[in-house]
Formats: sequence, C-alpha cells, structure tokens
Amino acid sequence: MTEHEDILRRDPRAEWIARNRLHPLHQAMTQVSAVVRGPSGLIRKNPHQVGFIGPNGIKRIDRLAGNGQTATGAKRRSSAAQEVTLPLHQVVEPNAYIIVVPDMAGGRLTAQDKDILGLAHELAKQRKALNADENLAVVAVCFGESKEAQFDEAGVDRLIHLLSAEYEGFAPEKRLQALLQIESIYQPKHWLFPDSVHGGTDLALRLAVKLDERPAAQAWQVSIDTTTCRAASGSQDIQRETPRILMILEECGQAIDETRHEVLPLALEVESSVEVRLEDKGLIAVDPNAVPLAEAEFILSAGNGIHNWQQFHDCAALLGATEGASRVAVDDGYMPRMRQVGASGTWVTARVYVAVGISGAIQHMQGIGQCDKIVAINTDAGCDMVKRADLAVIADSEEVLAVLCRLAQQHTGKTLEQTETTSEVSHVA
Amino acid sequence: MLPKVLALVSIGRHPQSGRERRAEQDGRAVEMGLCLQERQLMHLSVAHAGNADSSVLRQYAGMGLSKLSVLAQQANEDVLSPLIDYVEAQQASMVLMGVRSEMGQSSGMLPYLLAERLGWPLLPRVAEIQSIEEGVAQVLLALPRGQRRLVSVALPFVATLDNAAKAPRQTAFGPGQRADIEVINTTSIADEVAAQWQFTPAKPRPKRMKVVKAKTAADRFKAATAKPVGGGGKVLKNETVEEKAQAIFDFLLEEKVIR
Ligand SMILES: Cc1cc2nc3c(=O)[nH]c(=O)nc-3n(C[C@H](O)[C@H](O)[C@H](O)COP(=O)(O)OP(=O)(O)OC[C@H]3O[C@@H](n4cnc5c(N)ncnc54)[C@H](O)[C@@H]3O)c2cc1C
Repeated sequence: MTEHEDILRRDPRAEWIARNRLHPLHQAMTQVSAVVRGPSGLIRKNPHQVGFIGPNGIKRIDRLAGNGQTATGAKRRSSAAQEVTLPLHQVVEPNAYIIVVPDMAGGRLTAQDKDILGLAHELAKQRKALNADENLAVVAVCFGESKEAQFDEAGVDRLIHLLSAEYEGFAPEKRLQALLQIESIYQPKHWLFPDSVHGGTDLALRLAVKLDERPAAQAWQVSIDTTTCRAASGSQDIQRETPRILMILEECGQAIDETRHEVLPLALEVESSVEVRLEDKGLIAVDPNAVPLAEAEFILSAGNGIHNWQQFHDCAALLGATEGASRVAVDDGYMPRMRQVGASGTWVTARVYVAVGISGAIQHMQGIGQCDKIVAINTDAGCDMVKRADLAVIADSEEVLAVLCRLAQQHTGKTLEQTETTSEVSHVA
Repeated sequence: MLPKVLALVSIGRHPQSGRERRAEQDGRAVEMGLCLQERQLMHLSVAHAGNADSSVLRQYAGMGLSKLSVLAQQANEDVLSPLIDYVEAQQASMVLMGVRSEMGQSSGMLPYLLAERLGWPLLPRVAEIQSIEEGVAQVLLALPRGQRRLVSVALPFVATLDNAAKAPRQTAFGPGQRADIEVINTTSIADEVAAQWQFTPAKPRPKRMKVVKAKTAADRFKAATAKPVGGGGKVLKNETVEEKAQAIFDFLLEEKVIR
C-alpha cells in the first residue's frame, strides 16, 4: 500500500489545467494546493495562489497545509512514538517441554532468569531444526506469590504457578515434590535452573539426586549436544554431553526481546503427602547496617536535603533499612565514607532505594544503576532523581520522615529503643 | 554420650597461585564442629576421602584435632559409597561439609547424594547452629544480601556451610604435624561417566556487550546519547504530607522490604 503511495505519478491533465488560467477548472484545482510538481518533477510553488480568504475577509496562509498531512517526517515520528507490539510466538499443542525454574528473587524474574528463558528458546530452536515434528514449549515454574507482569515478554510459553502458601519461603521439600510431579506428567527434555544462591542450585541438586541424573553445574555454554561447565573453583572447564538437568551461570543466554509469548497456565495437582523435616521459622531480623552496602536489599539514602540527622538515623532503624549517603552528606561529615553511594563510593544493588534530599547528580546515579525501584523524597520536582524515581514525593524531607517514622512504629508496634536492642541481639547472634 | 558430628574435608585450591590449601568452606565446617564440641553439644570427628599424604590435611589437624581419618582413594574415584559406610560406622548424627569442592568437578552433588542415601534431610548454606536441644537443632541459613533464616530440624542431618559461617581458626604447625592420621582402606569404584568428560583449563568467558537493536539511525543516535530515564514514575505533589508518606509506606510494604 504505502509503497504505491510513495511512487510519484504525473497527471498531465492536471498539469495542463494548472498551466491554463482560462480553464474552467483552473480555480478549483489550484486552490487545493499552490504546490505543483513541474514537468521535470521539481516542486513549483505559485506565490499568488498561497492561502485562502478567511471568514472575515482576510487572507490566511496555513503553512501546515499539505505538510500536515503528507510530510513523511511527521508520519515517522508518530510511528516511533507508538508502542511496538511484538509478534506473538505461539506453541499449539506442545508435545515436548523445556522447564525453567526461575529464582524469582523478590517476586520478579531476575536478569539471570530472563537469560535462561532465552537460552531455553535457543535450545528449542536447535531441537526444532533436528526434528520438525517437535512442538516444544518453554514452561516456567513459579512458586508462591509473584509480582512479575512481563512473563510474556520474557519468553514463557506455559506457566505453572503454584500459588499455595506452603511453597513460600524456605520449602525445598514441597517444591521438590511439585517438580517430581511435573517430571512424571510432562517428561521435560531439559530442566534449566539458575546456578544461584537464591535457591536455584539447591533445588536443582535435590531434583538431580531424586532423578538419578548427573547434572551440569555452573554451565556457561550450552547447546543441545555439548555443554561446557566451570569446575575446580572456576579454573577448569568440563566439556560433556548436555544432561537433562542444567544449572546455568549468569549471562549465558540472550534474553528474549523480539517476541511475545502466550503464558498459558498449565494446571498441576500436587498431592501434599511429603514429610516436611525442615521447619521454616522465618527470616531473622539482622542489623541492617551490618549488611554490606553493596549487597543491601533496602537502602535509605541521605543527601544534602537532610537537616535533621538524628531523625534520619531513627527512621532507618525503624524501617529496617541500610543507611546510604550522597557525597555531599559524606563530605560534610554527617555520614562515614563507607556509606557513600555512587561513582566514587559503592555501587549498590538494592531492590528498593529511597533517596531523601538527593538531587541525582550523574555520579550518584551511576551508583544506583542496578537498583530495581527508586523512591525519591525531594522539594524540587524538576530534579533528576525525581525523573528516575518510580515513586516521587515532592515535600520537605523532615516532615515526610516524621510521618514515616510514625507509620513504621504503628506497623511493627515497636518503639525505637526496642528495635535498637533487638538489632543488637541479632547482630551478636 | 554426646552425639557425633562428622566434618568432611577436602583439598582446596588457592584462587591465585592454584596451590593446595585448606578449603574455605571445609575449614568452616571443622570450625563449626570444634565450636559444637567446645559448647559440649556434640563430639567432633574429621574425615577426608582421598590421598593420605597431602600436607593440607596437617593444616586441618593444626586447628586442634588430635586425629583425622582418611579414606584412602585415588583421584577420580567415586567417594560416595566409602563415605556412606564410614558415616554409618561412626554412627554420626550430623555431617558438615562445604557447598562445592574447590578441586575436581565441583558439582556440589556430594552432600545431596549423601543425604539421599542416608535418608537424612539436607540444610543448604548454613551460617550458624544456634542450639541443639533434645535432638532438635535450630539452624541459621545464610541467604543472599546478608539475610538469615531460622530453620529447625531434628538430628540426624547433613549440612553444607556458607562462607557466612564463622571463619576457621588459625592452624598451628606443630600440633598439625603431631596429629594422628588414620588411614582406612576402602574398596574403590572408578567414576566412569566423568572419565569421558574433557577437562581443560578454563577459557575466559566472553563479556556481554550492550547491543542496540535500532532500526533507524535516529534510534541508534538516541540510544547512544539519551540519559537513562525511568519515566512513568508516579509523582505526588499536591497531596498532604500524611498521604505522601503513606504512599511511600505502602510502596515499601508492597515491595516486601518492611516486615
Ligand atoms: C569526580 C566526582 C565524583 C563524585 N562521586 C560521587 C559519588 O560517588 N556519590 C555522590 O553521591 N556524589 C558524587 N559526586 C558529587 C555529585 O556530583 C553531587 O555533587 C552530589 O551527588 C550531590 O549530592 P546531593 O544530591 O546530596 O546534594 P544536592 O545536589 O545539593 O541536592 C540536594 C537535594 O535535596 C533537595 N532538598 C533540599 N532541601 C530539602 C528538604 N528540606 N527536603 C527535601 N529535599 C530537599 C534539593 O532540592 C536537592 O535536590 C562526585 C562528583 C565528582 C566531581
């Protein structure tokens, strides 16, 4: 369609009418546009014909005329602004499965999870090339509550979502039982796990032992027939045939970015008969300031916009956040150097980073590049931190922190003295 | 009689020089065993499956062990069945070991295989054993980001040690040399599957590059120059301070960073 529109077609009759001022149609033709393509294909403008007479008798020149509708530049701009909908990758009646068990640390797919989903599709493609009858679906198994909204763009064809509370927290035995059930129903071609401290390795090894397989640990190059794994604390590579169970290192696949996937639910009835010998007593309160800043999950960071420092420290203690600071706060002597976040301080990886009174200088932003969610408290609505933030509050830091302290106290039912003593105890423990 | 804890140790590898050393996590296993012994909770014995002549064993012994048992094995032999026999003969009720060996295949399978064959539960990445009362242990697991989880489990069990566990004490050379190294002969089974694998020095992994899949020059230019902007964030401006703080608090609750 558009290709045809792009081809210039001359209309000799229209050209003739345009040249002949005595032609009865001359007025009507030229009023449409003062721009005419001359016989050589060049654009010719007749300055006398530009514009029209407005309602009150004044000549008006609409300089957008013609441009507004036909200019290709404008068209391209509008198409770039549109959300591109990626093509949908469909798997109809799958007869083979690759199962990915993502970590879902913090309820969302991690970068490693996404890479592994990409790798699963790579393997699927290779298998398809060998055996065209195989309709392979990539299945993700997700335990417990999830906040992930983009399973489709990450490459999940089918999703087994085990929502029940018994899978939450530390429940390797329950999870293993579910995986064994999946194994018996779907007979997956491969099981892919992230080789990570979030529990991927643990679950993979438990499954491998039950299925009597020799898994590939720390795999980093995977094709359907050979796998290369790291061994001997990273000093050696093992090349072997690709096993069914793989634990995959970070950055070993290309995350999906050009297709959408169906995310159809697969039902799974799990009989809960397993004997639970590991009893989860829940997370223990650790002193947030004993956690290394680079690893901390939740950071409350102070900048030049903090004036009441005692209140800031109290708020961090009540919220259970690790303290961070901008360079100005450190240089002014309010915070120790080890708390500085940014290019010349620590690069943090927090899931939630609350920036109080920090303008968002580029040196600071570099340090928080890997943070998931950013909350800004600032008096200046135009500052860079507010632009980057997922939630920004335009208010005085002191007032907001005061209310936050009160809310945290109401929530936990603890006063400041209590939190301080408990954090000390857990630090010793 | 106190119940027995068995720490299994292996030969480590120094990350820079590549020389044999006391393995990080195995040293921690011995340390934890010694602590349990000092707290009068359990009685420690330490075993190694492999070559009895290694000088590294003396480093473990130098932590204050009077005796160390070695299940004599050649390299590349399957250590599983001799270990199981040994654990059963010792009547141990807890086995401590590292997550992954620093030499060899480092697959991390051994603790899981042991636990499965013994029929014991396995605790991954233990940071600390808080107490053992009436055969039930309260164990702290190390989670990423410095977090800890409390798990209670009845003896017997197998546990792997995280690097967050207490660092091993210094070894003393003299006591290490004087310690008794007991060699136990075992039947050996060659690992035929792994014999077919190729072991090569590790190749450096390719670094991931930022690939910009832009179709037009304008898009490429934008990708190269634009500041990373989150965009679409919620901005609260005209609400009362109470509402604003509440919004932040709800956000933190939703992200589960406040408990
Ligand atoms: C080589 C080099 C390296 C650097 N490395 C780092 C680094 O590693 N880390 C780092 O942080 N900086 C670094 N900097 C400094 C950086 O450029 C900025 O100067 C610094 O980050 C600014 O800190 P700030 O945002 O706290 O202060 P400001 O820029 O002064 O911002 C203060 C903010 O607080 C707000 N505010 C003021 N009063 C209130 C109030 N009552 N309530 C709420 N908000 C309020 C203001 O609107 C403003 O946005 C480096 C600079 C250089 C040259």
